[in-house]
Amino acid sequence: MSRRVRDAEPDPYSFGSRPYDLVKEFTIALLAVLALTFVLAAVFSSPDDKPMTIASWAKADPGDFTATALAELDGSSGTAGYGPPYNTAADGQKLGPLALAKLAGVTHPIDTAQAFVLGPLGSALQNTPVTAALSTYSGAAADQQAKWTGAYSDALTKANGDPTKVAAGDYGPVPVLLTQLLAQAQAGSLDGALLSEGGFYQTDYTLPLLFLADGSDLAAQADTQHLSGDQWGMMNETGNFPGQAWLWLYTFWYQISPFNSSDNADAQVWGIMALLSLVLVFVPFIPGLRSIPRLVPIYRLIWRQHYAEQRQRRP
Amino acid sequence: MSEQVGTTPVAPAEAEGGGWTGAVRRRAVRALPPDKLLPDTQPAYVASWIYVFGVLTLAAFIVVLASGCVLAVKGPAWWHTSGFGHYVNSMHLWSVELFMAFMVIHLWGKFFMAAWRGRRALTWITGSVAFLGSVGTAFTGYLAQQNFDSQWIATQAKDGLNSVGIGAYFNVLDFGQMLMWHIVLLPAVVGILVVWHILLVRRRGVVPPIALSDRLDEAAPSTESVPEPVLSTVPDAEREAGS
Amino acid sequence: MVNNFAALGAAPVDLNGPGHYLNWGVIQISVANLVVVGIMLLVFVLAILLRFPRGRDRK
Repeated sequence: MSRRVRDAEPDPYSFGSRPYDLVKEFTIALLAVLALTFVLAAVFSSPDDKPMTIASWAKADPGDFTATALAELDGSSGTAGYGPPYNTAADGQKLGPLALAKLAGVTHPIDTAQAFVLGPLGSALQNTPVTAALSTYSGAAADQQAKWTGAYSDALTKANGDPTKVAAGDYGPVPVLLTQLLAQAQAGSLDGALLSEGGFYQTDYTLPLLFLADGSDLAAQADTQHLSGDQWGMMNETGNFPGQAWLWLYTFWYQISPFNSSDNADAQVWGIMALLSLVLVFVPFIPGLRSIPRLVPIYRLIWRQHYAEQRQRRP
Repeated sequence: MSEQVGTTPVAPAEAEGGGWTGAVRRRAVRALPPDKLLPDTQPAYVASWIYVFGVLTLAAFIVVLASGCVLAVKGPAWWHTSGFGHYVNSMHLWSVELFMAFMVIHLWGKFFMAAWRGRRALTWITGSVAFLGSVGTAFTGYLAQQNFDSQWIATQAKDGLNSVGIGAYFNVLDFGQMLMWHIVLLPAVVGILVVWHILLVRRRGVVPPIALSDRLDEAAPSTESVPEPVLSTVPDAEREAGS
Repeated sequence: MVNNFAALGAAPVDLNGPGHYLNWGVIQISVANLVVVGIMLLVFVLAILLRFPRGRDRK
């Protein structure tokens, strides 16, 4: 009986009360926050780094663009080998024994050769050499296509990624296709073409963004802004602006072993953070954790006036 | 405009009748009578600056919503080409920084006060879920910026979400989807949690101070009518000897 | 490749430009985030320590 009475918290008003204006307090708080916001916004503004476009990428780094387009064509790009939700080239990550990605399945199917190369080329008005190259490539058997793309890939590497310096060789229609795609990209039509593949009205930027991410320039620019995964990037913002500092614990795991080298790091970190989130929500029920406030007695400072008054009242 | 209420004439005492409406009204008024919903007094122990961070968080939330509404008037691309639009975007960003800062300070304070004591576990739960929901809302907001930052965040975050199958349904590369989660679904969820959280604080009252000793005479004269099952006890071994 | 709309009204304190970062072992933090967190901790400590004005009437 005594333990149960101890457990119950006393009525909040049993220690006395004072008049208090709740609405006035809220109004003052609102005005204060509004004023602070006006000032902070005026003094510091906000970041707005221009997005990278496929056109800007292709113009600044035609070698990287060409190499990426080739990788989409021959199925060696990041997206081509990703697995769910884009394709079945891989199984996706596992959280322990759970293959959740595979379970969710391929809900946004992407055939990279078609989506990023052959489709945009085919949907534009082309001159005869390009039309011929397209039909040659599409009509060839898969292993013939692989021979051409493989040979061109090796030659591009030997030419240090510069498509203009590739040695002569048997690459079939591949060079014509990629040169034309580069021209379309630099002219700006690929940005729109990739976006509107789903229809006239579009808000889904999956294709242009995956294409950019398959290249190196987006990541390179992010790295100069300290936004990379191994730079605690999740917390950071471009320039000197504060970022999402509250993501510190999420990005922390990626900085340490074993997650910094695990193939399933994303799933594992996600699992850890989901668990810790549950811990946060259910703190009141977790023995030990819920005792920390008593063990680290900051409460004595918070309620020091109250305790002093209670001591005075008792004889 | 009289209504038929079964066969019993409606009595002014409102003890019963009024159908579903009457039942909901009676329940609401019983849980939160007007002077409990909007009291003009507060317990004497509410005497620390740490107590202002709840209302500061709420105020910041309102500024976030209001600045967001202004951004919505001209659409998501406005702030890139308008100086005033950029300023409103800056207000939205900094009010969010203030909101998150005040909320976390509020969380620290409430944790060290063990504010879940005395049937207040649900207050803690709604608050922490609102925190998590706010993180998600901010995340979708960063995705909706339509600049380099959002390109990078989208292409990175997709890996985390795809790895556990969520990406199959929640496509961070789909601007339209992310924008609607950001301006409709998530603010609604956070808003509901915030309202619920505040009503719970009004219902239970501000949590009393942690008792310095476990002596019975330390308990105030009026205890709550239903002693709460073990949510707030500390095993005897951990309890400090008096002050 | 970084371009900004500073022309539309440069802020008095221009936070665009190369970010400043501090390194300590595996920890890497931006000066901006450190300042934000530092201020939060300071405000928390002050909120606890600063005396709250005494209320008027006790019932």
